[in-house]
Amino acid sequence: MNILVLMKQTFDTEEKIVLQNGTISEDGVNFIINPYDEYAIEEAIKLREEHDGEVTVITIGPERAENALRTALAMGADKAVIVDSEDIDLDEFSAAKILTAVIKEREFDIILGGNVAVDYGSGQVGPRLAEELNIPQVTTITKLDINGTKAIIERDVEGDKEVVEVSLPVLVTAQQGLNEPRYPSLPGIMKAKKKPIERLEIDDLNIEDDAEAKTTVTETFFPQKKEAGRILNGDIKDQVAELAALLRSEAKVI
Amino acid sequence: MRKVLVLTEAKAGNVRGVSLEALSAAQRIAEGGEIIAVAIGSDSTHYANVLGKYGAKKVYIIGNEELNVYTTDAYLQALRQVIDSVEPEAILMSHTAIGKDLAPRIAARFGLGLVSDVIDVQVDNGEVIFTRPIYSGKAFEKKKVVSGIPFATVRPNNIPVEEIGGTIEVVRFNVEIKDLRTIVKEVVRKTTSGVDLTEAKVVISGGRGVKSSDGFKQLQDLAEMLGGAVGASRGACDAEYCDYSLQIGQTGKVVTPDLYIACGISGAIQHLAGMSNSKVVVAINKDPEAPIFQVADYGIVGDLFEVVPLLTEEFKKVLVNS
Repeated sequence: MNILVLMKQTFDTEEKIVLQNGTISEDGVNFIINPYDEYAIEEAIKLREEHDGEVTVITIGPERAENALRTALAMGADKAVIVDSEDIDLDEFSAAKILTAVIKEREFDIILGGNVAVDYGSGQVGPRLAEELNIPQVTTITKLDINGTKAIIERDVEGDKEVVEVSLPVLVTAQQGLNEPRYPSLPGIMKAKKKPIERLEIDDLNIEDDAEAKTTVTETFFPQKKEAGRILNGDIKDQVAELAALLRSEAKVI
Repeated sequence: MRKVLVLTEAKAGNVRGVSLEALSAAQRIAEGGEIIAVAIGSDSTHYANVLGKYGAKKVYIIGNEELNVYTTDAYLQALRQVIDSVEPEAILMSHTAIGKDLAPRIAARFGLGLVSDVIDVQVDNGEVIFTRPIYSGKAFEKKKVVSGIPFATVRPNNIPVEEIGGTIEVVRFNVEIKDLRTIVKEVVRKTTSGVDLTEAKVVISGGRGVKSSDGFKQLQDLAEMLGGAVGASRGACDAEYCDYSLQIGQTGKVVTPDLYIACGISGAIQHLAGMSNSKVVVAINKDPEAPIFQVADYGIVGDLFEVVPLLTEEFKKVLVNS
């Protein structure tokens, strides 16, 4: 089974955001694999363990993103591809066009990705790519079983569970609860050093039309700082009565 | 003037609040142009009039039975035919399960840019500028479409909805749907209150301090009393006190309700990202140093197992007396 995984390297979720000249500073930032993509990588490795085949992890990013690929390889992926995006403005339209060009030359049975990235959070690239490749998609999945050319998939729909049947090839996006991603083992880390990473430039790719961004960011800013709140005092019962009254008369939310 | 197409959604036979927000956003973008709402499924005739009250001039009703249960392919085919026929100058959808799954595919099909999860829209010198959270609300960005028509999905609970009255023209639009590649075998309802977490006006959220899945029942009581939904911190989900679908934070859901009550949640940065843009935040925690108090409008330092039942009783009184 040929398994492709879409991965993005993101800020660690513990990081604070710092603006420098209106853009987000990467100084001293710890980077991780987007947590939702980590579920996708884990699921891909589990699929290979069950059905044999090969797991290829694909990313678009600057050089630092290779660290995330190495981690994925150390978890157990077989090979990796990075498309260099240094100094190029990309949006979701561009990313999907680039990935289409990378993937249409390859054989695959299933493509996995996270349902959203914890940085820009648009969740567009998976469904866009499925459309470009003209294959079905199942998003926010929490369980995946493949039997021959069919998959039975459970997905999270606003808290409810939907069970879906679909034929391969298919693109799926991972939701929390799909699995528990493994930590790379020491032998895994050693092996990863010898696994191949294919490095591509956007100019090398055969992109249909072009991948120029359709959207642009005009400003990045912080939410307004809230004034310090009020900690209530006194007997707990009195505090509760006061809180209910405040929510009704002052905050007007009850 | 722009002709704006808005995909509306219903839940249990009623228009979703976020669809009315999308119509309000459409009014700003339209600048006097026509707003065309799309209502899908055989029930949609019942609420078409409501859409008119919130700005829709025309409502395209697509009653195909294949659309009663959402599938990507069926909706994609239906919307593609509507868009080909209407030729809109802007498109809005909701940032819901359907919108998240469908909008990027529509965007790819028509070669469009898409701004996801917007909380505000302004028109500046004819240019449509969307505001959206990034890093789950740690920061915001303004974004515009530079090539093609404006297209966005609207996040629930952010754009003020105004009833403006008005009548509608109903267009029964027939679409051809074929070759569906996914089959929905079963839908298992797990949500008890029927209020979707991201759309709820009130969220009662529990952390590790809730200590057990039993402990969450008290939060559920409070949520039901206020017509809200229950959420949780990552700590509570990891400890298996509740389902991952309730998790709020940078991994998990981002919520912006009118009232967020955090019970036994310390307030890790990744949790704050998911809730700190709520309109009013109440924190209940034993530890007066807990970071959650820094984003709270009102705080009670105390044992949640004592405070929450009292609060449920107190709200009962307040609501009965009103």
